[in-house]
Amino acid sequence: MKHLTEYRDADTARRLAAEIGRIATRPWAIMEVCGGQTHSIIRNGVDQLLPPEVELIHGPGCPVCVTPLETIDRALAIAATPGVIFCSFGDMLRVPGSRGNLFSVKGLGGDIRLVYSPLDAVKLAQAHPDREVVFLAIGFETTAPANAMAVKLAKQQGLKNFSMLVSHVLVPPAIEAIMRSPGNRVNAFLAAGHVCSVMGTWQYPPLAERFRVPIVVTGFEPIDLLEGIRRTVLQLEQGRHELENAYARVVSERGNEPAQRVIAEVFTAGDRAWRGIGVIPASGWRLADAYRDHDAEIRFAVGGITAVESSLCKAGEVLQGTLKPNQCPAFGKECTPRTPLGATMVSSEGACAAYYNAGRWSDSGAA
Amino acid sequence: MCLAVPGFVESIREESGTRMGRVNFGGVVKDVCLAYLPEIAVGDYTIVHVGFAISKIDEASALATLQTFEDLGLLEESLEELRGDEAAAGP
Amino acid sequence: MSATPDIAAFACPLPLRDYPHVVMGHGGGGALSSDLIEHVFLPAFSNPLLDRLGDSTVIDIAADLAGGGRLALSTDSYVVRPLFFPGGSIGDLAVNGTVNDLAMSGGRPLYLTAGFIIEEGLAIGELAEVARRMATAAATAGVRIVTGDTKVVERGHGDGVYINTAGVGVVPPGIGVGIEPVRPGDVVLASGTLGDHGMAIMSVREGLAFEAEIVSDSAPLHGLVTAMLAACPAIRLLRDPTRGGAATSLVEIAGLARVGIEIDEQAIPVRPQVAAACEILGLDPLQVANEGKLLAVVPGDAAEQILAAMRAHEYGRDAVAIGRVVERHPRMVVMRTAIGGTRVIPMPLGEQLPRIC
Repeated sequence: MKHLTEYRDADTARRLAAEIGRIATRPWAIMEVCGGQTHSIIRNGVDQLLPPEVELIHGPGCPVCVTPLETIDRALAIAATPGVIFCSFGDMLRVPGSRGNLFSVKGLGGDIRLVYSPLDAVKLAQAHPDREVVFLAIGFETTAPANAMAVKLAKQQGLKNFSMLVSHVLVPPAIEAIMRSPGNRVNAFLAAGHVCSVMGTWQYPPLAERFRVPIVVTGFEPIDLLEGIRRTVLQLEQGRHELENAYARVVSERGNEPAQRVIAEVFTAGDRAWRGIGVIPASGWRLADAYRDHDAEIRFAVGGITAVESSLCKAGEVLQGTLKPNQCPAFGKECTPRTPLGATMVSSEGACAAYYNAGRWSDSGAA
Repeated sequence: MCLAVPGFVESIREESGTRMGRVNFGGVVKDVCLAYLPEIAVGDYTIVHVGFAISKIDEASALATLQTFEDLGLLEESLEELRGDEAAAGP
Repeated sequence: MSATPDIAAFACPLPLRDYPHVVMGHGGGGALSSDLIEHVFLPAFSNPLLDRLGDSTVIDIAADLAGGGRLALSTDSYVVRPLFFPGGSIGDLAVNGTVNDLAMSGGRPLYLTAGFIIEEGLAIGELAEVARRMATAAATAGVRIVTGDTKVVERGHGDGVYINTAGVGVVPPGIGVGIEPVRPGDVVLASGTLGDHGMAIMSVREGLAFEAEIVSDSAPLHGLVTAMLAACPAIRLLRDPTRGGAATSLVEIAGLARVGIEIDEQAIPVRPQVAAACEILGLDPLQVANEGKLLAVVPGDAAEQILAAMRAHEYGRDAVAIGRVVERHPRMVVMRTAIGGTRVIPMPLGEQLPRIC
């Protein structure tokens, strides 16, 4: 596939890794805040090609992992409501709420539909005017344009039976929270390439400056990741802390302005609780007042949600990079991919699941 | 987030006021919403996330990036040569 | 083969009692049930053993077992939606799936049973087409359907139709697949491209559909197995990687045999369109179902001969070595990635879900 396979070349990977090895003279900890990047790193074994000086810390970049427990519980309650067609991306189906997950709700008779695009949920609402169709709209900024367009179209078409349960999270406030948290070890960030393709890169220079950390916008293929890491290590070695764009074929400084306009129309910023981390100010988007009629949180007043997180789960510390999964007492015992206590064990890019699946073999590299 | 895959635009149409296109990903064709890329044209490459095209791929930039990797290879080779020469020259 | 049958073109040899759709009565054991058997199943499956329509079918296989042959038995149930998909149907799966289970022990499949649980409301024309496809698959595989059963369940239960087939086969004397232990030095072979079937289903699945020339690979593999055994009788293990994909089979093999397995990402054969479809949905071809492929663990020094025999067979043209058995990391499967890293292939947890992350 063009614009994909070229960035998986073994020879280029080897050369980039060698170059990183050549320039790294001291230990550095680099965090990526994007579940897609975490997934690619683990899936391709990118971290194993790095010299021992360079450590990758997997940050809270997986919307599955950070969606607040309360939102999951609300989703489960709505999905269990008779007559509702509940639509979701595949990633969310196994995430544990306080009691059960969407799969278990399906087992008890809930009509849960897996969709590839939010527009598929809108189509379902058109096809079933007699049913309430609810879409679980989660994600970082990358998914916001799609989710925004879905509800915008629904409103335009007067689809009264369509509503969304929204829980968007934002990267720049997360970076800030990470840098402010005690015990933080992060020296530099790889910025999420596709988030930046939507939002642009203009939000990051102030962060690089304020916290004196290099921030390099990076893609997802192994070569893109290695190149992003290379440029980051170079900055660190040279004592620079700038915003750099290593994914220029897709990312521009201004980003996708039509998308940003629709986002601004449909969503409004607010404080958001990140599962395992706590409330990060102004770190989330919810539906704007103009879209109240399509807000599932308002339409379905599911009361009495008391989110009960497992007291054993330390996902929060893992997400912030202050605890490695195999340092958690529950790791591999009460908490396994089959019996996950928290989202980081459920998600395919959750750090805990990744460690577990590799854990029985020697953990090579700096992981 | 962020699973977005590159494909090229095969055709564009209007559907109830929304710009839609057929995008070809390595032989697999899917309907994609092009509303966020008003200037995208047939034949252009784009990356698509959950059924929406969110960015056009800048071919020139892509070529430039790939070129830097080539240059890296040349640099490495010449560095190795240098080291080889130094070793041969002796202390 | 077209994905959906042209029901209108179905010509019934004798008229049914004016029921274009299956009703509860068709499962009741009376006249309606007989109708179904006489006009749908018998025309498709007819053979001297079945046509006697006894409660059980008596078969003389003494000749097949002579000289030390052993009986092989297998059963499987088939649940798939939609019933007809690019490259096949539930009917093909129901025959080839059980035939392949027998083939994995080195068995020559002979007879099948066929049990149908039919949903009230299914069009008779669709049921007849399923039967016709089963008949074609059975003829291709050289097996006969010799006994069966039908039941009808209420509308809303049954996804159209569920099929169970049990298979009887014979393992010829001297064949001992699975008897010799798997050991370091053995080589892992794949008979062809992985992920075709699962992605063919995905391509027509509600909410995820896409256009691609991906067809199911459903096929009977006993002929291929015979050719492989002729090249080398000492094949350690055969597996058909159906639900859960090759990853599930490999992890199972590593666990059962208590060995480590290493596979090379670059050696794994995947059709470009299957690879592309997996990219879009965030799926791993190693976890996607196959219905006409096998994995073989063979002695290292016999790998080339066996591959040559496979490639000479119609269902093994793209056969390739994908890895090896090692002493390291026992009970684990490790993949050497295209860029030179490694990752552990874990046992898939359940249905693989498309992802956005």
